[in-house]
Amino acid sequence: MATTLADDLRPLHHPRSWVTKYVWSQDHKVIAIQYSVTAISIGLVALVLSALMRLQLGFPGLFPAIQPDNYLQYVSMHGMIMVVYLLTALLLGGFGNYLIPLMIGARDMVFPFVNMLSYWLYLLSVIVLVIGFFVPGGPTGAGWTLYPPQSITEGTPGHQWGIATMLVSLAIFVAAFTMGGLNYVTTVLQARTRGMTLMRMPLSVWGIFTASIMGLLAFPALFVAAIMMLFDHFAGTSFFMPTMQSMGRITPTEGGSPLLFQHLFWFFGHPEVYIVALPAFGIVSDLISVHARRNIFGYRMMVWAIVIIGALSFLVWAHHMYVSGMNPYFGFFFATSTLIIAIPTAIKVYNWMLTLWRGNIHLRVPMLFAIAFIFTFIHGGLSGLFLGNVSVDVPLSDTFFVVAHFHMVMGVSPVLVIFGAIYHWYPKIFGRMWNETLGKLHFWITFLGVYAIFLPMHYIGILGVPRRYYALGETAFIPHSVHLANAWISIAALIVFVAQGLFFFNMVWSLFKGPKADPNPWGAASLEWQTPQTPPEHGNWGPHLPTVYRWPYDYSVPGAPRDFIPQTEPRS
Amino acid sequence: MSLIARLTERSWEPASDQHAWPDRPSAGAVGLSVYAAVAMVMFALLAAAYVMRMGLHRAMGHAGDDWVSMPDPPLLWINTAVLVASSIAWEMARQAAKREKAVGVSAIASVLGLCFLTGQWLMWQHYQASGFYLSSNPANAFFYLLTALHGLHIVGGLVAAGWVLALGSQRHVRLCALYWHFLLFIWILIAALLVLT
Repeated sequence: MATTLADDLRPLHHPRSWVTKYVWSQDHKVIAIQYSVTAISIGLVALVLSALMRLQLGFPGLFPAIQPDNYLQYVSMHGMIMVVYLLTALLLGGFGNYLIPLMIGARDMVFPFVNMLSYWLYLLSVIVLVIGFFVPGGPTGAGWTLYPPQSITEGTPGHQWGIATMLVSLAIFVAAFTMGGLNYVTTVLQARTRGMTLMRMPLSVWGIFTASIMGLLAFPALFVAAIMMLFDHFAGTSFFMPTMQSMGRITPTEGGSPLLFQHLFWFFGHPEVYIVALPAFGIVSDLISVHARRNIFGYRMMVWAIVIIGALSFLVWAHHMYVSGMNPYFGFFFATSTLIIAIPTAIKVYNWMLTLWRGNIHLRVPMLFAIAFIFTFIHGGLSGLFLGNVSVDVPLSDTFFVVAHFHMVMGVSPVLVIFGAIYHWYPKIFGRMWNETLGKLHFWITFLGVYAIFLPMHYIGILGVPRRYYALGETAFIPHSVHLANAWISIAALIVFVAQGLFFFNMVWSLFKGPKADPNPWGAASLEWQTPQTPPEHGNWGPHLPTVYRWPYDYSVPGAPRDFIPQTEPRS
Repeated sequence: MSLIARLTERSWEPASDQHAWPDRPSAGAVGLSVYAAVAMVMFALLAAAYVMRMGLHRAMGHAGDDWVSMPDPPLLWINTAVLVASSIAWEMARQAAKREKAVGVSAIASVLGLCFLTGQWLMWQHYQASGFYLSSNPANAFFYLLTALHGLHIVGGLVAAGWVLALGSQRHVRLCALYWHFLLFIWILIAALLVLT
């Protein structure tokens, strides 16, 4: 039997010293914070890289330190870090670790030791990634997709060692994620407390749970691709490497299939979009419900939509490969499956709006971010409907339109949810409140700022301005207005970049000087707000596990004494 | 309760029978099955890459003309037989009534596992001696990659088995046996792929 189910504390590893409590910790809450801090730190590196890119694009030639090679390296590392090492790690390793046991009423993850190992392997993968910045030749400049043959062929920045550190780091990351994912899935299946049926779990848990299953099934593709490319690179095999002439010489490889890598990469890469999006969907549902004081509209539909989106996302990967060339029937199939995903996604968007409809909306900072997410997500989703069609995608694929699309839908949207979620759960995690004014200032600059950045990019993209170009130069089809727009985007990006300082200052300052938080400042019904201590102590629940009698969305119930009823309150 | 019934529960309505402890399999068994699914996906993707690289989809631009199949040495069959024997031993350990017997039989099963690994190593040596190097042909590269990854899983299983032997826990013997059956299943699929192509 799962030991964490039992009402006794014996099976828990009680930390004995400071080191086992905060460093080699097996407590899911400490691991969650370790994951989050590491992910946000490496995310800051990627943020700096994006600022450097914008300096070059907005003011070409003004910064001689940024050479074409550097620019490509910034693009590649920015993309890979943001998608894998920040978003995946923060949403699943950070929020997944913190929220799953607390929201389902468990004392910890079911395999705490494996959970600890997961974090330390993740840290190792980040360290190997960072080493890539210092090896001869610098990090890889092959783009985040790392397509061979160019990624390991002379002429691409970091083709020797940069790509090797990247591939090794990814392989370690996949191992780390598998350990974590095993924990998240098994904990949800095994360690739910008395009365916590599957359909009484908050949508945050559903999103994280589904995303973890998807990660477990999708990351092996990346792992296999990374290992095979390492073989091609160091052992001279030709899985992916065709016969080529490079620098006047015929390469020893022959017959390999670059398309094979693309299939493997996107079999991971597309589900990855939803691995990032589904936890965000789940979390934002909870934020909207709590701060609108209304039960989430269509709870069952929301759960089914999450599961259906997760399943469908394994059938659409080749829509990233329209420009690689494929059988037209394939294109037709993948365009159709891609557009079908719009149906469950639209159900979710309607349900969020219907939850807000006639709700008692409190425009606190977490809610502002949640509502902003609905804007940016609809926006990015609609441009996705364009790009899902082969005939529209082919001319737009290598332009800034795609940059605008994916930043809106899987960059800005999940990041806004992450901000909202941090503001929302901070009082529980640290027992302190942050400063409301600073939070609102941070929100408005970020929200308006991202629109100032990404809205003009759609326009630039439709004009045909290519992405991944170091400089545009003098080109007939690019009007002067594009250069103006680029300068504008860069200025907006730098303002948003600096404004994130408000967030970090607020978080760190409040940690020490913030007023003590109420155990349940938002009046939330879900289980994590009902812990006996704030912040929750080791073991989460004191001597007895909670019993759940209702779903987590009993807000504004007619006749109830308060406007929310905690999940632990028995039915009368 | 069936999965459909669970997923169509009207969460917002009061329910009567949900306050009993649910009957669940052990966390170890669930974790192991989830891991088996992960490994399964990994090997399935490799198999897909294998047939694509062979040239099954030449129309899509996947190469394949350079593929030269490898011979199947008798060692392949011997190793398979050893792994089957090892799996049978694990099954006996799993069904053993007494703890001492379970641990004793798992020790034999682990030794057979080591024999399988040694056999695989000898097979590598055999191929190397006959000139089937890693980089000389994609068929060879896939062979070494598949056997290496499967071998790593075997090593992992042996480490776990050593830990279980030291612990002497019968519950863990059952998990080890299930994992071993899974590895045998994977190996039979790999061997079939290698022999048939």
